[in-house]
Amino acid sequence: MNFPILSILILLPMVGVALIMMLNRENQWVIKGAAMAVALLNFIISLPLWFGFNGDTAAMQFVEKYSWVPSYGVSYYVGLDGISLLLVLLTTFITPICILACWEDIQDKVKEFMICLLFLETGMIGVFVSLDLFLFYVFWEIMLIPMYLLIGVWGNPARRIYAAVKFFIFTMVGSLLMLVAILVLCFYNYKVTGVYTFDLLKMYGLQIPFEMQFWMFLAFGLAFAIKVPMFPVHTWLPDAHTEAPTVGSVILAAVLLKMGTYGFLRFNMPMFPEAAWYFVPLFSILAVIGIVYGALVSLVQVDLKRLVAFSSVSHLGFVMLGLFSYTMAGVQGGIIQMINHGLSTGALFLIVGMVYERRHTRMIADFGGLSKVMPVFAVLFMIVTLSSIGLPGLNGFVGEFLILLGAFKANKVYAIIAASGVIFAAAYMLWMFQRVMFGQVTNEKNQNLKDLSTREIVVLLPVILFIIWIGVYPNTFLEKTKASTENFVAMMEKSKATKVAAADVIFKGEQR
Amino acid sequence: MSIEIPTICLTSIGPLITLSVAGLLLLLLEAFSIHGAKKGYFHQISLVAIIIGIIQTILLWGRNTTDFSRMIYVDNFSFFFYMIFLIGTGISVILSVKYLEDYKKNYGEYYALMLFAAVGMMLMAAGGNMVTIFLGVEILSIPIYILAGMFREDVKSNEAALKYLLLGGFSSAFLLFGIAMLYGGTGTFYLADLAKVIKASGMNNLTYMGLGLLIVGFGFKVSLAPFHMWTPDVYEGAPTSITAFMSVGTKAAAFAAFLRIFVEVFPSVKVDWDMLLWVVAVATMTIGNLTALAQTNIKRMLAYSSIAHAGYILVGMIAGNKLGAIGILYYLLAYTLMNLGAFGVVILVARKKDNYLNIYDYSGLGFQYPGLAAVMTVFMFGLVGMPPTAGFIGKFFIFSAAVEAGYIWLVLIGVLNSLISVYYYLRITVIMYMKPAEADLGPVELTSSVNATLILSALAVLLIGIFPGIIYNLAMSSVKIFPI
Repeated sequence: MNFPILSILILLPMVGVALIMMLNRENQWVIKGAAMAVALLNFIISLPLWFGFNGDTAAMQFVEKYSWVPSYGVSYYVGLDGISLLLVLLTTFITPICILACWEDIQDKVKEFMICLLFLETGMIGVFVSLDLFLFYVFWEIMLIPMYLLIGVWGNPARRIYAAVKFFIFTMVGSLLMLVAILVLCFYNYKVTGVYTFDLLKMYGLQIPFEMQFWMFLAFGLAFAIKVPMFPVHTWLPDAHTEAPTVGSVILAAVLLKMGTYGFLRFNMPMFPEAAWYFVPLFSILAVIGIVYGALVSLVQVDLKRLVAFSSVSHLGFVMLGLFSYTMAGVQGGIIQMINHGLSTGALFLIVGMVYERRHTRMIADFGGLSKVMPVFAVLFMIVTLSSIGLPGLNGFVGEFLILLGAFKANKVYAIIAASGVIFAAAYMLWMFQRVMFGQVTNEKNQNLKDLSTREIVVLLPVILFIIWIGVYPNTFLEKTKASTENFVAMMEKSKATKVAAADVIFKGEQR
Repeated sequence: MSIEIPTICLTSIGPLITLSVAGLLLLLLEAFSIHGAKKGYFHQISLVAIIIGIIQTILLWGRNTTDFSRMIYVDNFSFFFYMIFLIGTGISVILSVKYLEDYKKNYGEYYALMLFAAVGMMLMAAGGNMVTIFLGVEILSIPIYILAGMFREDVKSNEAALKYLLLGGFSSAFLLFGIAMLYGGTGTFYLADLAKVIKASGMNNLTYMGLGLLIVGFGFKVSLAPFHMWTPDVYEGAPTSITAFMSVGTKAAAFAAFLRIFVEVFPSVKVDWDMLLWVVAVATMTIGNLTALAQTNIKRMLAYSSIAHAGYILVGMIAGNKLGAIGILYYLLAYTLMNLGAFGVVILVARKKDNYLNIYDYSGLGFQYPGLAAVMTVFMFGLVGMPPTAGFIGKFFIFSAAVEAGYIWLVLIGVLNSLISVYYYLRITVIMYMKPAEADLGPVELTSSVNATLILSALAVLLIGIFPGIIYNLAMSSVKIFPI
């Protein structure tokens, strides 16, 4: 409480940016070292969050609140609950890994690259801890800029600009509509209470008429659905993922996509609960379509990175399905699956990047029999693949199982169709693994590939540690999220009754 | 019969006097100096005058009265705009120095005319009487006509001057006609009395016509659609430093007068003109942004973008509430810094004789001149309205005001327009950072004064974006006088 951990987490990367700006661009190692040091320090500072977090309460913790534009009710208000805790830790955890992963990969414009990465970290942590709508929006937008530069400057030369601009504009569409919704909400609050405020927690208690909730939900929902990305607004994702540099893809998959799902959980559902119930069928069906569609499209990909990208669409579909079940198991599964997806898909992108560094191709057809030349690589790749499929004992299983459990309780049909996604996942991942790793080495160029270096093993090991940890003993993580989830589910249950009444109003309105 | 001599206090127009005297001094200096001998002093004198003006404005801050028989308002609203004009003129002067040297046109009258134009702007912001405001419009416009045609050997510059003169003349005529109609309808030139009469006896045909003609007249000056046609040609043809100056100065001054007249005189008839302005705002934003998409000349692109920005600002006028007025003041300050900064970079990159004005000339700039590209990026993202820049906060206030007033559709159209603008502003950063240099463009000469100006503007754009509270409070105390 006294020690402003969250603010330090947000500001430290910016201090790092300032530091790196002053360094000489010739000293690549110094720049990389400085970035690494800052990222590691940030990770270490974030650890007390985990140990100091009280998992028994759903209240916001580590809260800091300072007035920002007092006359207009804007404040710098940050805090953490069970939902955001894991995501913040995921962010601080994945950033140093990314810096280490690009240690040799990035040779060009290293200084700017590191500045972008650290800048991005500030934005990401800011999004997860903001409890003020204005502050949230600022971070939400800020983080676009470095990601856009990462894709556009260091991406794959052929189509990077297209991908970067598409990413930027897609996200902007959603966020600008969200901005309007935020404004409308704020003035509605002003009309009701007579106070200007952007305080998220105050909005939770606001009674909003159903018709307004309807539009608000759609406006916020579009912004988040684009970020998730849900079918049919997912089309920026394969491009952005494929063209981004390895590290860009990792952060995109591990953290940025989570902002969408997190947004639903933190903003959409609690603020507009009645509309949230009303939209369950629509969003669940879209989620299910996403699961099956993502999986089917993954099956036919010839490019490793594109395959992983489409598998993200499928995995995030699971998360959305879990969240929209509004059951304890579904929501907890959704939260844990966000982390799982961050770890396993992040690791998959790292692995694809490692292969790409060696062969400068990502086409599945160019590989085959790699397990013979790269045994260590094969083991790690296998673990990550199985985790992505959802093998019991690894993290993916826990998340998908809980989600399906929750979804089954809420609606059997969705759950049954969604379950087929797990089977498809096994199909496309294993088939991909088989084509890349097993069989004879058919391509001459693959004959002499070097196995993983120590650095690369160090990059992957921490991720794999958590993949196994969550798989074997998920309670460590689930108990931190429990109180917040319970609170959320109770809140949703409470508004279920009023939703029926609200829907009646609409029905009568149509008759009239 | 006794003639009452009104008491006047010269300090109430202190900044105006300072700039006028400095302008005259410059003219004398130019006239009596052997050609080329005193060149260096012109901009220093202008800058000193501007700094004195700023100090005078700060000392005046907080007064709330009228002077010169109610011809001039002495209030924070005027002072806020004085600051915008003085900062804008100051930056323009600094940007001009090297540009003019390149063209061997470093004349004293250039700076004198700029200062006179600034005086006109201030008069427009402070005018308490239609005649004063019209006087301000003319004092502003005539120097700008000349400045736009400063490069008389250049065909484009001539075209710009002629177009601006003709259309500016038209707009002045419309304005004057509108003033005449209002006088005919109410029998007074004073804004305060106009407001009283209209409140008491309502609108009549003459005042309606006057209102319409005023909108046309100001519409020309701030380049609202469909009166925006002159903007791209004039902006492209005029010397870049003058384009920068007029894009922010003229716009801010016209909006100052526009805002004061409309919220002070016509608040009771708001419903009658806001539908009209609604359509104009939507047309202005959309035409500006869509046309900017297709531009490859950066000056033309910025010209169309400035049309679009006029549209955003108009949204704040339509909202017609206190927050809207605050938003306009904030936005104009932010816009002044961002746009002047952007033009500063344009001047630097264009180099001798404006050779590099195509947007593709910026390719590779990001890594050849990282500092220059970084400030340009700040200005571009500011113009887009991305946080944490001042541009975002400005748009935020303006759009909030419109939401508060219930114009949600207008806001939706506004944000969709910013979305369109993302593409062309972003394209500059794409070209700077993501395209390799097409040809070796040779060195960009950086002078320390221009560097410092650009860096300070960029920092200011960021700082007032991150800490909007100070400017918000200043703007709030400026619009307190309005009955809204």
